[in-house]
Amino acid sequence: MDFMVFQYPMITVQACLDGLLLGILFALIAYGMALQWGVMNIINIAQGDLVILGGYIAYFMYLYGIHPAWGVIVSPIIMYFIGVGIYKLVINKVVDRDLFISILATFGISILFMQLMNFAFGADVVLANSGYGTTMLFDNNVTLPNSKIFSAVISIVFAICLVIYMKKSKLGRAIRATAQNARAAKILGVDTEKVYAATFGINAALCGVAGALISITFTIHPYMGLPYTIRSFMIVIVAGLGNLPGVAMSGMGLGVFEEFADYILGTEFRIGAVFLLLVLILVYRRFKLSRKREYLK
Amino acid sequence: MSKNILLYSAILIFGLVAPFVFPAFKVQLSILCVLIVLATTWNIQGGEMGYNTFGNILFYGLGMYLCASVQVGMFFPLAEWTESGGEKTFVHTPAQFFQGMAVGLVVAAVVPTIVAGLIGYAILGLRGHYFAICTLGLGVAAGEISGGIEIIGAGQGFTTPPFPEVGGLEARGEFFYFLSFGALILTFVAVRAIYSTRFRLILNAIRDNEDKAEAMGIETMKYKIIGWMVSAFFCGLAGGIMGGLVGYIDSTDVAFDGREMGVFMVLMAILGGKGTLWGPVIGATVFHIFKEGFWTFFLGWQYVALGVLIVVIVIYFPEGIMGWLREKYPEKFGEVIDEKDRKAQVELK
Repeated sequence: MDFMVFQYPMITVQACLDGLLLGILFALIAYGMALQWGVMNIINIAQGDLVILGGYIAYFMYLYGIHPAWGVIVSPIIMYFIGVGIYKLVINKVVDRDLFISILATFGISILFMQLMNFAFGADVVLANSGYGTTMLFDNNVTLPNSKIFSAVISIVFAICLVIYMKKSKLGRAIRATAQNARAAKILGVDTEKVYAATFGINAALCGVAGALISITFTIHPYMGLPYTIRSFMIVIVAGLGNLPGVAMSGMGLGVFEEFADYILGTEFRIGAVFLLLVLILVYRRFKLSRKREYLK
Repeated sequence: MSKNILLYSAILIFGLVAPFVFPAFKVQLSILCVLIVLATTWNIQGGEMGYNTFGNILFYGLGMYLCASVQVGMFFPLAEWTESGGEKTFVHTPAQFFQGMAVGLVVAAVVPTIVAGLIGYAILGLRGHYFAICTLGLGVAAGEISGGIEIIGAGQGFTTPPFPEVGGLEARGEFFYFLSFGALILTFVAVRAIYSTRFRLILNAIRDNEDKAEAMGIETMKYKIIGWMVSAFFCGLAGGIMGGLVGYIDSTDVAFDGREMGVFMVLMAILGGKGTLWGPVIGATVFHIFKEGFWTFFLGWQYVALGVLIVVIVIYFPEGIMGWLREKYPEKFGEVIDEKDRKAQVELK
């Protein structure tokens, strides 16, 4: 264990900044999670694998000499169609059923994707170098890669665009109506099947954006998907469905928590700390609710 | 009844002579026994109680590490053992090996039971998918954390004590086969015994409607915890045996292997039919045969096949083999269909 964090305030600043920028990315993934959970009532374990797949799209653009930042545009478009494809093949059969069925089915998709990506792209840890350089703050004590700032800005832009789209467009209205009451929406002429497909596609597209940004900022690896799923699940249960500022806040909180866990416990316990935090949050909420004789639903 | 006795004795005799009839498949048969134990114990939660857990892998991995650690730690310094990476600096004599194994298996079964009892109150208060995700997190967290602990080998893994040189090459396989077969018999008898009591009815009541069960005066939490402790006991035992059988423990690939064993146990129970005594046994057998058959064909593609298999089973076959049989031959399951009632229901639809 290393208590440098408490001795050198600059490390604290560094961890906080890193965590906040990372957390915005998590919030973007969690937004997709909240969207499909709220609208279709499914929990998608393959969320993280969609993120990684989006990252590989940006990485391949980088390999072929295109600047990976363009991946932010290309990756969501490709991922949208992949998402719709997954919906047509698998998800539409689990929408109205028990949540556990959706968890298990998407777990299967997750394993499938993991291995296919492992075959297609190899088991190496890769990153797409954006060549953005770094910014130094506070007498060079705090280093801040510009790519992280870029990714945070892009995530915020995408999130805002999506919120406006959901509020203003016809499809956005249909999605919100379906989320409120799928049956009533159907009666009033909303093609819920199409709405579901679009929702899953939008979710996959958001994962594509996040993945492209992650491949620029951090690293990607075929087996790194599950932690992203767990993070987004955690953010959603902390913030609640349909609470967008809450998603952003808890995303950033999680990012800061992770950076501190990284510094204090060591990198090898980072993922373990995330998963333990999930368990602790759920248990905390369970005890809080059980006083009122209620339980998490 | 006499049919049952015939069936059980046939299985028992098959189990006892199998390693001598099919000597080449001893390891496979031992793994099959362990898989059946895991599927049967998962069924207590997932099938009977309605609590779909991904976390029973926690007890399995815990049992694996505990058994091996005790077996080594009783006679040699554990830290030096893991540092040497299983080289032959320390050698167990046969007496030490078997003593260590016996004590290790007891510890491997008892400690997870206690752990289940301790965390049960907190975790089992969650319901539905929150419980599923929480236990998934628990399993992965255990794997990640044990992968960072030096004394049990951290990232490089932990070599379990090699089998002492008694009785030639075949002895190892036979020893582990009979150990796992014994565990299977123990599990099956115990689970069958508790299924024939009121306990099963209580678990089913919890599955069907927990609030109502509570309102009827059942202390649901108590029974949920007891159910989980029973699972943990046998999962830990199975883990301890599997650790010795595999001979090498890695934190995320062998012990807390949520991607393989953790999903297998769910899948086997669903394939066989949740909420039945024989379902998980049949499911595990079919799954194991399928897996061994296809894994060799699909070398390298096995996870792809596994992913497809999960999706197909979950979507198209959620009732499992027993559920399908029950639909087809309801009278064999003691269900009497009232023809008049059935017609009335069809008309209503």
